[in-house]
Amino acid sequence: MTEKLTAPGRQPGALLPVLAVAAVLLVVWYAGAVLLNAPQAASLLPDAEHGNWWALARASWSMQRPVLPAPHQILVVLGKSIFGNPLDSPRNFLYHMAVTAEAAVAGLTLALVLGVALAVGIVHARTLDRSLMPWVIASQTVPILAIAPMVIVVLGNLGIRGLMPKAAIAGYLSFFPITVAMVTGLRAADPLQQDLMRTYNASGRQVFTRLSWPSSLSFLFPSLRVAVALAVVGAIVAELPTGAQAGLGARLLMGSYYGQVIDMWAALVLASVLAALGLVAVSGVERVVIHLRGGRL
Amino acid sequence: MRRRAAGLLLPAIAIVAGVAGREFLFREPSLAILLAIVTVAAALAGLSALSGGESLLARTASPVLFGLLLLWGWEMAVLGFHVPMVLLPAPSAIAAAFASHLPTLWRDFRQTYLHSVVIGYAIGCLSGFAVAIAIDRSPFLKRGLTPFATMMSAMPIVAVAPITVMWFGFGWPSKAAVVVLMTFFPMLVNTEAGLAEAGPMERELMQSYAAGYWPTLLRLRLPAALPLIFTALKLNSTLALIGAVVAEFFGTPVGGMGFRISTEAARMNLDMVWATITVAALAGSVSFGLIALIGRAATFWHPSNRPRAAH
Amino acid sequence: MAELAELSRARNDTAGNSEPGPAVIEADGVEVTFAGGTKALAGVSLCVHRGDFVSLIGPSGCGKTTMLRAVADLVQPNAGQLKVNGMKPEEARRQRTFGYVFQAPALLPWRTAKRNVTLPLELMGLKKAEREARAREYLGLVGLEEQARRFPWQLSGGMQQRVSIARALSFRPSLLLMDEPFGALDEITRDGLNLHLNALWRRTGMTVMFVTHSIPEAVFLSTRIVVMSARPGRVVEEISCNLQIARELEIRDSEEFLAVAQRVRAALRAGHSYD
Repeated sequence: MTEKLTAPGRQPGALLPVLAVAAVLLVVWYAGAVLLNAPQAASLLPDAEHGNWWALARASWSMQRPVLPAPHQILVVLGKSIFGNPLDSPRNFLYHMAVTAEAAVAGLTLALVLGVALAVGIVHARTLDRSLMPWVIASQTVPILAIAPMVIVVLGNLGIRGLMPKAAIAGYLSFFPITVAMVTGLRAADPLQQDLMRTYNASGRQVFTRLSWPSSLSFLFPSLRVAVALAVVGAIVAELPTGAQAGLGARLLMGSYYGQVIDMWAALVLASVLAALGLVAVSGVERVVIHLRGGRL
Repeated sequence: MRRRAAGLLLPAIAIVAGVAGREFLFREPSLAILLAIVTVAAALAGLSALSGGESLLARTASPVLFGLLLLWGWEMAVLGFHVPMVLLPAPSAIAAAFASHLPTLWRDFRQTYLHSVVIGYAIGCLSGFAVAIAIDRSPFLKRGLTPFATMMSAMPIVAVAPITVMWFGFGWPSKAAVVVLMTFFPMLVNTEAGLAEAGPMERELMQSYAAGYWPTLLRLRLPAALPLIFTALKLNSTLALIGAVVAEFFGTPVGGMGFRISTEAARMNLDMVWATITVAALAGSVSFGLIALIGRAATFWHPSNRPRAAH
Repeated sequence: MAELAELSRARNDTAGNSEPGPAVIEADGVEVTFAGGTKALAGVSLCVHRGDFVSLIGPSGCGKTTMLRAVADLVQPNAGQLKVNGMKPEEARRQRTFGYVFQAPALLPWRTAKRNVTLPLELMGLKKAEREARAREYLGLVGLEEQARRFPWQLSGGMQQRVSIARALSFRPSLLLMDEPFGALDEITRDGLNLHLNALWRRTGMTVMFVTHSIPEAVFLSTRIVVMSARPGRVVEEISCNLQIARELEIRDSEEFLAVAQRVRAALRAGHSYD
């Protein structure tokens, strides 16, 4: 195909459409809440108000155990939990968010170190490339998350509890996109530039630091975005099996056991916020790097 | 020539030594240790020799040999150090469990894979594709929807599982719903990106033929979008399996692979757990491989699939 | 088609002094300004008659491609009149009056050479037998019958460009618009393709509007050369090229050839092309 003209920088004029879509989504949500909660809500209405649509709607938006909570209900629960409790109390959702974030960040760091090291090895050692790379790819077709409970249990029996097993799961999930991206990236340097380095008789390490590594950054950042999301998923799922008391996954599970529907949704919302924060962080670092490199990766 | 012989001989030595080593592990420990050293040395040397070969055989033999080495190491370590079953079963034990529980494994597979995964995958991918095409004509909708789609694809969607259980019950539909959600967004985002792949010159070519929106879509933009679409299809095949299995952790009193894993893990029957994981791994690899093959056939023309030019 | 063959025979007899045919392209004061404020064309007027081979030549950025794209309705003029076959360019495009050849082959990589040639025919709803026949005919015309089942990346740059020419001809337009089609190729390939194109033009009697920045190429191929100034583009001079119709590469060393080339160069200098 002929070259696309890709302009660096953000999409122009995205604010209005995003707001418009957000508004529509909100309306659909509220309507959906009425639709799904109406049967239950109707039975709770006093007889006098039966047939009054507005009363039915308002009742569906303020149920204790709704099928679909209204957005403001979730916000109220979040607000009460976050502002009504000290930050280190298990009643505060932010505490749980921090616990999950800790595991996700630890896992991501592991994944970054391991992924880059593995990629460097694969690119520089033919033996590793041939024997290990196919397994790296195959590892993704194995539902690693499925082993999560077991790994936690096994490590628990070995006396390893707390942050390490959760970080291990999160790390295992997120190392793959980083590895694959770095393997492609380290090899992506323009062949002409590789030849140039040869004419300078540059050593392996010099080629790596001055050519391969900088060329790989444009591959690293998109993969970091995927890795961040995976690390959060891994951290959450890792909280399930041990009857963990802390973390968003645990909070989610507790909510489902005790029928606290709105709490479940609140945990879900915060999980998304956590993932979004991670993405923002990666984009922030990327922007700094781009700036340092003069405008383009 | 010597390299070729080495590439054939060394792995063979490694395999023989490995099997023998396991046999003698308890009867003659010192011999076993010697054989183990021979196995590892031969395997590593074999891998090194194979890495020089260009043939298809050499390329496949490398990862296979490596995998076998890992399995052998696992077996020897577990047996040699008397690792309790509740911690980590030996591959041989897993194989035994696999063989003896085939009916259960098959039932779980049917429940999880054939129902939740396949149906969820189909619905999710199709709807993602359809929505991408629907919003293709409206740049306004595209700019508005894409940030949400990106955000949703970052969200840990498996966490929605308890909610879908609330809505769709404990059976496979709730798991399929999770799979639909998981596969929808990558498909949407990738199809959208794929539709932008057709170059400006090719689009003007179609314009010069006075080809309308649909002919241009069918003959130019969709074929050009196939590489990215297949990337999403491949990614979704693994996501679908993960999604279904993990969704089952959140509540399935009936059966399915996730249910099996969590209950057998609780009962400390780790060999059964690993057997189920093996089934999942096989299913995942086969689906991924199939889609990759179809994808390669459909996108034979893409630079990444053409035979690499000599450097 | 018969009428065009008749015209080409007539042309081969005379030395290009016959009555100009009906006007195929009429431009009067065409102006094009791009979104950022760059004025690409500042009032271009020219007239291309049936059977002409007109080259637009000028320095980079002078708007010659923009002029061609305006004729093809790929860009809309901000001022002035532009008619193609008596119609507005948009109407002409809808009726598929012209074939367009881009600077790059722009072949669809998932189609063989033959299926690339049949692409416009499929869009027009021609039956399969007819499409196959035409593909064979036009690939033969550009000398690529053997390569019909090859994919674009299996062909050299020159061959790909020939396929794209065959594609432009396959639906038998009376007008061919070519945008520096040989610009990306080496000189030897280019010479060969120039010969090919000239032979093609003589055989089919089409009208061709050709954009180039190579003086020898323009003089070799054309009946008339339109020299454009540096941006914003306007016509500096129109130079008639009455060399013998059957062109061989050797005529490029002839006196008449050099004379015309000198006139073109002088016109380019007058249009500030070398500043």
